[in-house]
Amino acid sequence: MFRRLDTPAEAGARVVRITIDDVATDCREGDSVAAALFAAGLPACRDTAVSGAARGPFCMMGVCYDCLVGIDGHANQQACMTRVREGMTVRRQLGAREVGA
Amino acid sequence: MAAVNATSTIFDIAVIGGGLVGSSIAYGLRDRVGSIAVLDEGDVALRASRGNFGLVWLQSKGHGMGAYSRWTLGSTRLWPRLAAQLLEETGIDVALEQKGGLTPLMGDHEIEARHQWVRALMAQPGVEPYEWKLLDHHQAASLVPGLGKDVTGAIWTPHDGIVNPLKLLRAFHTAFDRSGVSYLPHHGVAGIAHTAQGFELTTPAGIVRARRIVLASGLRNGELGAQVGLRLPMAPQRGQIIVLERTRRLLDTPMVTLRQNDEGSWLVGDSQEDAGYAEHVTTLPVLATLADRAVRTLPALKEVRAVRAWSALRVRAQDGFPVYEQSSTPPGAFIVTCHSGVTLAATHALKLAPMIAEGALEAELAPFSTRRFHVQTT
Amino acid sequence: MSAGLPATTCELLVIGAGPAGLAAATRAAGLGLDTVLIDEQPAPGGQIYRAIGSTPVRDRAILGADYWHGLGLLEPFQRSGVRHVAGATVWAVNRREDDGFEVAYSIATPGQDARAGLLHCRHVILATGAQERPFPIPGWTLPGVITAGAAQILLKTSAVVPSGTTVLAGGGPLLYLLAWQYLNAGVPIHAILETTPAGQWRRALPFVWGFLRSPYLGKGLKLLRAVRARVPIVTGVSALEALGDARGQLARLRYRAGGRTEELALDQLLLHQGVVPNTNLSRALGLEHVWSERQDCWEPVVDAWGASSVAQVTIAGDGAGIAGAIAAEHRGRVAAVHAAVALGRLDGPARDREAATHRAALARAVRGREFFETLYRAPDAFRRPVGDTIVCRCEEATAEQVRQAARMGCQGPNQMKAFLRCGMGPCQGRFCGLTVTELIADEQGRHPRDVGAYRVRFPIKPVTLGEIASLPQTEASRAAVVRFRK
Repeated sequence: MFRRLDTPAEAGARVVRITIDDVATDCREGDSVAAALFAAGLPACRDTAVSGAARGPFCMMGVCYDCLVGIDGHANQQACMTRVREGMTVRRQLGAREVGA
Repeated sequence: MAAVNATSTIFDIAVIGGGLVGSSIAYGLRDRVGSIAVLDEGDVALRASRGNFGLVWLQSKGHGMGAYSRWTLGSTRLWPRLAAQLLEETGIDVALEQKGGLTPLMGDHEIEARHQWVRALMAQPGVEPYEWKLLDHHQAASLVPGLGKDVTGAIWTPHDGIVNPLKLLRAFHTAFDRSGVSYLPHHGVAGIAHTAQGFELTTPAGIVRARRIVLASGLRNGELGAQVGLRLPMAPQRGQIIVLERTRRLLDTPMVTLRQNDEGSWLVGDSQEDAGYAEHVTTLPVLATLADRAVRTLPALKEVRAVRAWSALRVRAQDGFPVYEQSSTPPGAFIVTCHSGVTLAATHALKLAPMIAEGALEAELAPFSTRRFHVQTT
Repeated sequence: MSAGLPATTCELLVIGAGPAGLAAATRAAGLGLDTVLIDEQPAPGGQIYRAIGSTPVRDRAILGADYWHGLGLLEPFQRSGVRHVAGATVWAVNRREDDGFEVAYSIATPGQDARAGLLHCRHVILATGAQERPFPIPGWTLPGVITAGAAQILLKTSAVVPSGTTVLAGGGPLLYLLAWQYLNAGVPIHAILETTPAGQWRRALPFVWGFLRSPYLGKGLKLLRAVRARVPIVTGVSALEALGDARGQLARLRYRAGGRTEELALDQLLLHQGVVPNTNLSRALGLEHVWSERQDCWEPVVDAWGASSVAQVTIAGDGAGIAGAIAAEHRGRVAAVHAAVALGRLDGPARDREAATHRAALARAVRGREFFETLYRAPDAFRRPVGDTIVCRCEEATAEQVRQAARMGCQGPNQMKAFLRCGMGPCQGRFCGLTVTELIADEQGRHPRDVGAYRVRFPIKPVTLGEIASLPQTEASRAAVVRFRK
């Protein structure tokens, strides 16, 4: 599990509300989606396209591509490279992405 | 790696080149000759086998040489047998799919040009006729879900398909490992000498001796062919490919410029450029044109990400058609050059290799000899 | 579809906004060069100074003085006049006919689709820094296992810290720095499992003189003492295995130390065994690379100015070879004066005079590094895994699969790629490349420098087909692709 430190800056930070798999979740302005996932107690964000194994963010710097999630209907977005926005919908990436036909 | 003292053995046949062409021939030679060696270069050589689209493709073959169309049709018919054999022997499923294939066409000009081209191909002597159709957009769209509206027509044949070329190469190499074929990497052949017992191949790892040899060294075949008296003018042609990330399986009918792998990744091709031997670069304008055309073919791919792009050199004789010939002075060296190593793998393994084992190429391969390059035109 | 894409133009492009990039861009602007700094992150700082301008962890005692030193780079940069293109991922750098460069990048605007961008420049300074060395242990792909660097980024960017039972494992100063920062923030750590082998101190001893004279000595020892006083340390750990629960998440850790196997339940495992240069961009550019014996990784070949084997491409910072953050900023300044000469804006003598100052600072900054490098060299067992341990995280190829292919005669990483798909996933070999090279070397009794590395081509980061399609085409490119002429 991860939690937020109780810092004064944190206390003053703007709250951003997103949904994670339809569950309303409060996070802070400036959070990456990955940080919001960790703070919400979710270390896993996808199932791999190869074997369906659970994965979560690993490097937090945009090089491992394990933090892929669906964001606002776009599949395979790097959670660690995307900042949260009010009303954002985040979805666990279930295997390979769909290609809308 | 087979632990063989390569310098003291005399192999029955040494195949120069461990790519798809050399490997398919070596595979087919097993049980027909005694000892076989496959000589390969290192990890970073001009390896055409790693740069291919994985099409088992008939419809674009043979315009200018009817025999090539016939030879290719024969290979597509043999492919199921090769795939089944490899699965049984090695446990590797090369994911052969032969459900038909398309050449997508955008606009009246392209449709007219391509339709004429196919009709001319099929009318040539030596072609064995096969089923093909010009489809309109709606017919093509029933085969390709979400086909872009810019694709106003397509040429279709049921004989076309795909296979996984990397699994194919791995299956061949696994079969070698299990059946005692000596696979010798880092044995790039620098020189070929003829001796009383056959041939002596000079490599950085020592001399390899064989009674007969097969030159399947792809882009180096011109240079090596000259050493056994075969004049083969080569004209390599660069092609660039974009590879897209895996998606759920959408496309069952491959197109010559866009297809989806069994694993879910996509290949976008293909360009034809004269770039000499500069195969280590991908160029932005060509990638842009490839991508543009792919998005117009299947608009849903717009958001799918390219995970890599590469360029490779097609192994091409000057006229673009295969070369099969046995040397005459000295005899015993067979040259095999083609750029469709995947499509022809089945016939190479199941028809050509037996001919080589018997010691002579059959009459049907006469059109493919290098003599065609020496014909004087009036 | 290929509506003319306006290209940004500049003289000097600096890629990467860590200490090397910030220092290089700032100095270059000071020398009058028209400079653009491009970086993937939304704000400057790279990884070591991540979120330096915005961190919610404002109590400076928590992250420590070395982190806050970054402000000294940020503020001059912000006043420098350098154009900063943020949130932009460079994916291709090609030569133009006039010998300049065309750089393609992908720019992510919040709430919108990613867009393609083009930039033309005459000189490039690569300052793309380093990444965590792969640390392939059984179970390293389980959710609950992240790198120590990732944990540190969570702390810096969002004040997010682990709770429950947290174990740090591996070797290297970052492990201790992170532990110290956590203790400062009141975050308990269950244990640090050190994989440094028992004999390693003796091997590092010849270099201890440099360490004793280095700037790291004082703070290093102080930090180490503080951590050792409050966190149980297990030394000589020779094996690590992360085990998952029914949900496929980290639940237990098994390890071997002192001849015994131990097991514990835990919530987080933070792994770290050093950092290695990011070489994907330098490789795709065709730069020459060498294998570093001491650091067991590839480095681009550079001269004392950071000049690479390719004209007008200079490298500064950890991307040229790991030497740390302070060294990176001085190398950045050296690269800037070199670029100024290469662009005809400074003469040789003026460059040499200025560079002397930077080199002196650089020499001080790297004192003691040999000691650390030798001491914290990642042990063989953790660079050369066996069995079912995943080597390629993206394609899930295992150590045994790679080893078996090597035994069958696979010539190198590129043929390995063709056999097992390792290196073909979206991370483009960043987390498996070194391991694959080492495993082939191990199985075939060859040296990694002879085994080689993956060939890397553009795009060096995944980019959407639509973005590529939006780039300019030419007559020649159309002729090459669309071939229905008759």
